[in-house]
Amino acid sequence: MNAFLESARRIATEVAAPNAAAVDAESRFPAEAMDALKQAHLLGALVPAELGGPALDFATVFAICHLLGRHCASTAMIFAMHQIQAACIVLHGREVEWQRNFLRRIAGEQLLLASATTEAGIGGDLSRSACAVIRDGDRFGIEKRGTVISYGDQADAVLITARSGPDAQPTDQVIVVAPKEQCALEKTGGWDALGMRGTCSNSYLLRAAGHVDQVIPEPYADVSPRTMVPVAHLTWSSLWLGIATDAVARARAFVRRQKQPAGEGMPPGMNAMRLAAAVSQLQSMKANIVAAARLYENALKSPEGVTALSFSIAMNNVKTSTAYRAVEVINQAMLICGIAGYKNDTPFSLGRHLRDAHSAALMVNNDRIDANTASLLRVHKLDGDLFD
Amino acid sequence: MSNADIRAVLETHARIPVAVESLSDEANLFTAGMTSLASVEVILALEERFGIEFPDQMMHRKTFASVSAIAEAIARLKAVA
Repeated sequence: MNAFLESARRIATEVAAPNAAAVDAESRFPAEAMDALKQAHLLGALVPAELGGPALDFATVFAICHLLGRHCASTAMIFAMHQIQAACIVLHGREVEWQRNFLRRIAGEQLLLASATTEAGIGGDLSRSACAVIRDGDRFGIEKRGTVISYGDQADAVLITARSGPDAQPTDQVIVVAPKEQCALEKTGGWDALGMRGTCSNSYLLRAAGHVDQVIPEPYADVSPRTMVPVAHLTWSSLWLGIATDAVARARAFVRRQKQPAGEGMPPGMNAMRLAAAVSQLQSMKANIVAAARLYENALKSPEGVTALSFSIAMNNVKTSTAYRAVEVINQAMLICGIAGYKNDTPFSLGRHLRDAHSAALMVNNDRIDANTASLLRVHKLDGDLFD
Repeated sequence: MSNADIRAVLETHARIPVAVESLSDEANLFTAGMTSLASVEVILALEERFGIEFPDQMMHRKTFASVSAIAEAIARLKAVA
C-alpha cells in the first residue's frame, strides 16, 4: 500500500475518529482532520508531478474517501468534494497557464477547494445557471445568489458554475476558478441538518472578480459527464460504503459480545444471520463500486471512453444504488444492535451513521439521476458482454 | 441515405441554436450546442428514419459528433446488415 494511503489511514483513525462525535454534535467544520490532511499533502493528491503534486491515481483517492468515511463522514465528504473540483482543473484546465499555476498552488499551499453550483431560482439542477460571467476586456465579474457552498467559510477557493456570458442560454455554462481573496461571501442561510453536519453547507450571496483565464476553457456540459459526475459519484459511493462498513463492523462487535440469544422469543443466532446478510450486502456494494472505478480508469484511456452512454449509465447507477443500499444496510445493523445502536453513547451507536447516510439519496437527488438514466435507456440497448 | 436526410433529422431534433445548414459536414455538433439529451432524440430519430439500431459500442459522442461522422456510422451499419 502506498504511503499516502497509510497517512490517510492514520489520520482517519487517530484524528478524524476521535473528533467525529463533536463535529456532529456541534455541526462544526472538522478542522483537526482537515489540517492533518493538509499536513500529509493529501489535498494536492491529483496534481501532476510536473506541477509539484504526487499525481496519485483515482483509485487511491477513492480508497482514502472510503477510509475517512468509516470514521468521520463529514471529513470524508469535504475531502471528496475538494478532489472533485481538483480533478476538473487537472483534466480540463491544464492548457491554461493561470490554471497550471493554480494547480501548483493547490499542491504547494494545500489549498482547499469548494464549489458553488446550486443557485436561487434553479435549485438542484446543476445543468442550468442563472448567473453569468460578465467580461470586460481580460477581466470578469460574477454574482451568484442563494448558492450553497459547503465549507464556504473555510475554503481557499471556490469553483463557480455560471452562464458563459450575459446572452448565453441557461445550459451554456462554464466553471470559473475563484481564489478566496477574489470572492466576497455574504452568508444568507445556515446548515443545521439531520446529518453530514460538519460539511457546513451554508448558503451565500457570492461575488467574484478576476482574470478571464480563470474560466476553465472546456464548457461545463463537457466537464460534467466526463469528470465531475464520475469523480463525484465514485468518491461519494466510496465514502458511503465506508459509513455502512463501520455500521456493520459495530454490529459484528455487538454480535461477538453477545453471550446469550437476546431476549425471550428471539430465535438463537438470529442476529448472527442478520449480520451475515448485511456483510453480503456490503460485499456487493463494494464489488459494484470497484467495478465502476475500473470502468472509469479504462474509460480515461480513450478520448471517447468517458462519453459512452454505457459509461454514463454505470456512473449514475453506482451512485443511486449505493445511496439506497447504505441506508438499508445501516438499518440492518441497527436491528442487530437494538437499543445499544439506537442510543448515542454506546460503542454500538449508529445514529450518526444513519443520519449521515440519509444525505446520499438527496445530494443530487436519486430521482433526478434515475430520470437521466431513463432518458439514456431510450437508445441504450443493454447488449454488452459480461466483461464489457 | 444522403447527408441531406441526416441534416433533416438534425434540424428537427438536435435543438442547435444555429441553422443546421450553416454548419459544414465536419462541424462538431456538440460544440455547436447539441446537448446530450438532444443527442438521444437525434439517435432515436436516425434509427427510425434509416431502419437501423446503433449497438451500445457505437453509443458515444464521436459517432454523432458531425454530419459526416453520422453518415459514416450509418454506412457501416448498413454494410453489415
